[in-house]
This record gives sequence, C-alpha cells and structure tokens, in this order.
Amino acid sequence: MLEQSYYDKTDEIIGSHGTEQAALIPIIQDIQSEYRYLPPELLSYVAGKLGISEAKAYSVATFYENFSFEPKGKYIIKVCDGTACHVRKSIPILERLYSELGLSKAKVTTDDMLFTLETVSCLGACGLAPVLTVNDKVYPAMTPDAAAELIRELRGA
Amino acid sequence: MERIRNAQVLDRVREEAKEAIKNSRCRILICAGTGCLAGGSGEIYQRMCELVKDNPDVEVEFAPEVAHGPVEVKKSGCHGFCEMGPLMRIEPQGILYTKVQPEDCEAIFQRTIVKGDIIRHLLYKQDGLEYQKQDEIPFYKKQTRLVLKNCGHIDAEHINEYISTGGYSALEKVLFTMKPEEVVQEIMDSNLRGRGGGGFTTGYKWSQVARQKETARYVVCNGDEGDPGAFMDRSIMEGDPHKMIEGMMIAAYAVGAQEGYIYVRAEYPLAISRLRTAIAQAEECGLLGDNIMDSGFSFRLHINRGAGAFVCGEGSALTASIEGNRGMPRVKPPRTVEQGLFGKPTVLNNVETFANVPMIITEGAQWYKSIGPEKSPGTKAFALTGSVKNTGLIEVPMGTTLREVIYDIGGGIKDDGEFKAVQIGGPSGGCLVTPHLDISLDFDSLKKMGAMIGSGGLVVMDTNTCMVEVARFFMNFTQNESCGKCVPCREGTKRMLEILERIVAGNGTLEDLDILDELAQTITETALCGLGKSAALPVMSTLKLFRDEYVEHVVDKKCVSHTCTAFRKFIISPERCKGCSKCARNCPVGAISGKIKEPFTIDTEKCIKCGACESACAFGAIHIEG
Repeated sequence: MLEQSYYDKTDEIIGSHGTEQAALIPIIQDIQSEYRYLPPELLSYVAGKLGISEAKAYSVATFYENFSFEPKGKYIIKVCDGTACHVRKSIPILERLYSELGLSKAKVTTDDMLFTLETVSCLGACGLAPVLTVNDKVYPAMTPDAAAELIRELRGA
Repeated sequence: MERIRNAQVLDRVREEAKEAIKNSRCRILICAGTGCLAGGSGEIYQRMCELVKDNPDVEVEFAPEVAHGPVEVKKSGCHGFCEMGPLMRIEPQGILYTKVQPEDCEAIFQRTIVKGDIIRHLLYKQDGLEYQKQDEIPFYKKQTRLVLKNCGHIDAEHINEYISTGGYSALEKVLFTMKPEEVVQEIMDSNLRGRGGGGFTTGYKWSQVARQKETARYVVCNGDEGDPGAFMDRSIMEGDPHKMIEGMMIAAYAVGAQEGYIYVRAEYPLAISRLRTAIAQAEECGLLGDNIMDSGFSFRLHINRGAGAFVCGEGSALTASIEGNRGMPRVKPPRTVEQGLFGKPTVLNNVETFANVPMIITEGAQWYKSIGPEKSPGTKAFALTGSVKNTGLIEVPMGTTLREVIYDIGGGIKDDGEFKAVQIGGPSGGCLVTPHLDISLDFDSLKKMGAMIGSGGLVVMDTNTCMVEVARFFMNFTQNESCGKCVPCREGTKRMLEILERIVAGNGTLEDLDILDELAQTITETALCGLGKSAALPVMSTLKLFRDEYVEHVVDKKCVSHTCTAFRKFIISPERCKGCSKCARNCPVGAISGKIKEPFTIDTEKCIKCGACESACAFGAIHIEG
C-alpha cells in the first residue's frame, strides 16, 4: 500500500491535465517523472479517476517503452545505440558499463538503487557520437574508459 | 511583452526589434543546441554574460560603421556544425569560433570584443587554411540554408528575435490579404512535398482536408523524429521554433482548423522546453489564441510528449497516441485527412515541412519552384553522420549529389578512410554506394534506386563497416519497434532478425539468403503500415549491393571488416613478439601463455575475442585474422 502522499500528488497531477481519456499519457508521464517509475497502484487509481478500465490503462502503459513499473535508480544512464553512435562503436561502451555496474539486459538497476542502465535508439546528438545521457544530461564523444570514469565520479558525488 | 493587437503593431514591433539589433555594437551568439550544451556551452554563456556585465563601459573598436550600443550575449539554436562545438558566433563580423572552452572567454572578450583581434587557435582550419568568417567555411559555403537560416543566428527563446527576421509576416499576409483557398493553392503550386519520408504533396493534403464536410478540423505536427541518425527536426524545434509554429498557423487558416497539436518525442527535452517557451510568448503577445491580430482567426496549440514508441511517427499511430491510446497504426482508408485526430479531418505534416511554409507564402510558389528539381523543389536538411570528417546538420537544394554532400560539405571520409556506402533514410531506407555518388538527391531519383530520403539521415560508412552487421542492426531496431498488430511485421521481422543473427554468429547457410529475400518481399507486400512495409529495405538493399559480403559470412566464415566478433581470431606473430608478457597480464580470461623473452601464444578455445591484448601490445605483434 502506498502512502497517502502518493495519491495526493496524483490528484494534483490529474487536476492539471483534466479527466479526458487523452490526458492519460500526460498524467502517467508526470507520475513517472515524479517517482522515476509508475507505481501500479497509481495507474489503477488514475484509471478510476478517468473512468476507463484498468485493463485499458495497463495496455497503454505497457505499450510505451518509457513507462516502468519497476523503481529506477537515482542515475538513469541511457547509452545511445542509434545508427551514428553504433557505427562509432557504442556497444563496447554499453558492455563496459554492464561490467562496471554488474548489470545485464535482464537486470538494469543496481541493488543500491543508484544506477539504471538502458539503451536508446537515438538521442539526436549524432554529431557527437557516441553519446550517453545521465538523467537527460548529454555526455558527448564517449569511450569505454570515459564511461567507467563517469561511473566513478557519480558514485563519489 | 507588448500585445500585438493588429498588423500595424506587428510591423512596428518588427521595426523596433530590427533597430535594437542594428544598434548593438556586437552580438555574441553562443550555440545552445543539444550538442554544444553537452560540450559545456552553458558555462561559456554564463562566463561571457559576467564579462560583459563587469565591463559595462567597454570601448569596442571595430566596425565604426555600426552605431553605438551595448554588447549582447545570446543563446542561439543549433548551428549544425556539431563536431566542432561548442560554437560561438560574433556579429557583426560573422566570426565563428570553434571548440570554445570556458577558459577562452576572457581572451575572447579582451582581444576580440574589445580590440577586434582574431584568436587564431579558435578558428576552423581545413587543408591548411584558416577561416575567420562562418560563411566562408566550406561546410557552410556549399549549403543553401533556408529552413535552417535562423538556426544559430537568433535567440530561440525570444519571439522578438524571430519577428525581427521577418517572422510572422507570412501569417500577416495570409490573414489580411489571402483567402484560405488561395493559401492552399499557393502551397499546391509550390509542389512542396512532405519532408517526413513519404514525399506526399503537401498542398494536395491540405486541399483534401479543406473540402471535408466536417467543420471541426485539426492541424498536427509530427515531431516524433524517431529515425536513428536524423536530428533536423530537433534542431528546428530548438533553434527556430516559431518558424514551424507559423507554418502550422498558416495551415490551420488554410484548412479552417482552430486547434493544433505538436507531438514531440520524449528524447528531446530541450526541444519541448523551447516549444513551450515559444507558445507561451506567442500567446502572451496575442499571436496565438482568440481573434489573432483582430483578424477573426483563432488558433490554440498543444504539446504532446511521446513516450518512446518509434511507430508513433506513423500518422494513424501518432493520432491514436494523442488520443490516449496504444500507438498502433490502423487500416486505411479512411485516411488521416478524412478521419484523423479524434476522428476529425486532420492535416498531419512534419516539422521541416511546416518550417518551409512561411517562406513559400512570403516569396511565392514560383520562387520556391526555382530551387531544385521542379517535381521535388526546395531544400532538404540532412543529418550527416558516421565516418565523415564534418558531421552535423546541413541543408542543400534538392537535386544536390551525394558526392557534393559527402566530399564538399562533409570534407570526405574520416581519418582518410575509404568510402564504402551511405545509409539513407534510417531503418526504412537503403544504402547507396560509389556508383550512386553522382545521382541527384531528391524524392523521385532515390525511389528509383530502391532507397528513400526518409527524414534525411545520412550515415556514412567506411570500409571498416560490416554491411551484414548493419542490416542486422536495423532489423533489430525495427523488430524492437514493431507494434505487433499485423503478423507480417511482428513475425516476419523476428524471423529475419534470427537469420541475420545466425549469419553474423558464423552459423548461416546459403539457403538463409534465399529465405531472407523471400521474407523481405512478403513483409513489404503485406504489412499494415509504413514501418512494416519498409522494414525489409535495409536488408534488401544490402543483399543486392553487398551479396559477396553475405556469402563470405556464410561460406568462407569471414568478415572482411573484422566487425563480427564470431569470426575474429587473434594471433601473435612470433617474429614480432618480444615475450614481454604484457598481453598475458591484460587478458581477462588467462588465454595467453608463454615464457618471458620467448614468443607467447593465444589459446583460441579460451579467447573471448575482447581485443585487450591487441591494445596492450607495444610492438604491434597481435593481429586479427578472419
């Protein structure tokens, strides 16, 4: 059971978007950016408020890659594997980060809830390839070593 | 901000804004596009602001013809020359400083701003030449920047800057001197074609919406630029958001819509924030909202953030997503122009298309048609990336050749490598190779070659790239992004990906190539939407142009570019090896053994092909076979 504050916050978010069905995605986006994930309880709650079935809300939330029912780490690292980054060798960076953080495709968040590692298809910063982002801050022209160094810095921060 | 109540006020605001810019002795434009911000341009902006503030009475000695006024520091949008960032442009001279660091700011201020001296180490250099002015740099000189004209030259966060360049004068022209049907006709006459990929005639689309019985209509801008390797729409949204908004308003007036939506992908947070600022400013000064400039025309604009689904770039999936549904395409007809957003007639164009509209209205359809081939006129922005010297965003007239783009603007292949192919149009496009270098880049010529402009991503590849791996990469992308609604795409791309994975892992057979071909044709013919129909294009195109490479993978078990790790075999050359043991110490799996001062050997069974030994060896004794 979530604390009451979660529901109060959700009411506030619904208040700013209205209760039309079209508001569903913007509402759950705001919930996700507030808590870094989408608590399933809140999705059901929003469905009730918008007068749509839970199944419908769930079908939408699971369709889009950005929504996560699992809590994410404090630092969300997205390694770009768009074409430009791929041909400038983004995969070795990803592999190095997996090994530095002890993560894999199946396990994307560290146990200490500090890091979540994801890939993204293109960040549109192709001129600076290969890139990665940490909580939306872009780090250009990365190398495996620079990525490992960045992890050390973030751990220290 | 002054409220623009009518056309006269707009004209006066424009004159005042122009005057203010003319009066400033010096404008320092610091690129604040995604690329340069990542390089630290935010700090450079702060530093320059402080320097200007701390020296309010500084005497500027250059350009005596420019009237006295303050030194202005501005944040501009993307200049497109991302590789050389962070960039700083200094006006009125038009100097471009590249790779600027915060510690350079003091010198730039004291020497260039105060004394008018050039700091040479910050200039762009190519082939032994130094370029002082931005316009003289080959990268810019060979371009025709119309849509991107303001990107990098104005402050994207102030509406007056856009107005000073003649912004919103096209809107003024349509509202007060043209009937909606005349606007549609003008766009139709211009032969403007959609820049999102398909190349459908924009004017025809508008006319279809305009003639629907239903009076509630929508204008939707597709800013879901999902093609990996394309970022022209991001740059427009970040660098000149009002141009696109003005284009949308003109479309709305032409088709009788009062409401519009901009759908932007979530990966572009800066574009979303710049658009929000632009809309808020346009509303505040009365250029958006009810009864705009007392003309009786009303228009409201909303922003929708995508949620990470590539398929939402497809029209019917995009509107489904705005409605709050799963972003899945539907069977057509009815088409979006008949039943689009909320079931109403909808004009759906992409960012670059809308950004073309204001200049067509201002300069006229005839002028527009004079640029590039008549059937495919205007300019096109391309994102030039990959193994090319000057990566970045460029704009050239349609009909420019690939050779001009890659060699004249792009400066040739990076590290003086050898050109192999260019992938155009992202995961829905194909490859072009050396014999294609002189074909004209326009919608029709490329279609004939089995490629497409798509949204305009050009990824240059040198001979170190494995084309089978590239095909696998794109298929992996499309498979991930397939929405799963129709069987050909959901199952077909999965099977194709499995085969490609098998081939790069060294387990492919010749029969696999035939199955790939067959699957590709079936998917193309039977898939429901554009994503599925074009999903097989990268495979078809590489199979056709690089069949030898596929055969080498399956028959000779070789990857000539040494990209596919399965075929790699690391060998220590006994003649070169000094027996220092450094490789053995660096090997993470203990696969290297030997006696000190005697040649070492690699146990290929144990080797995981990571390449740590190769980079550790100081004598170049380790090489790859296969």
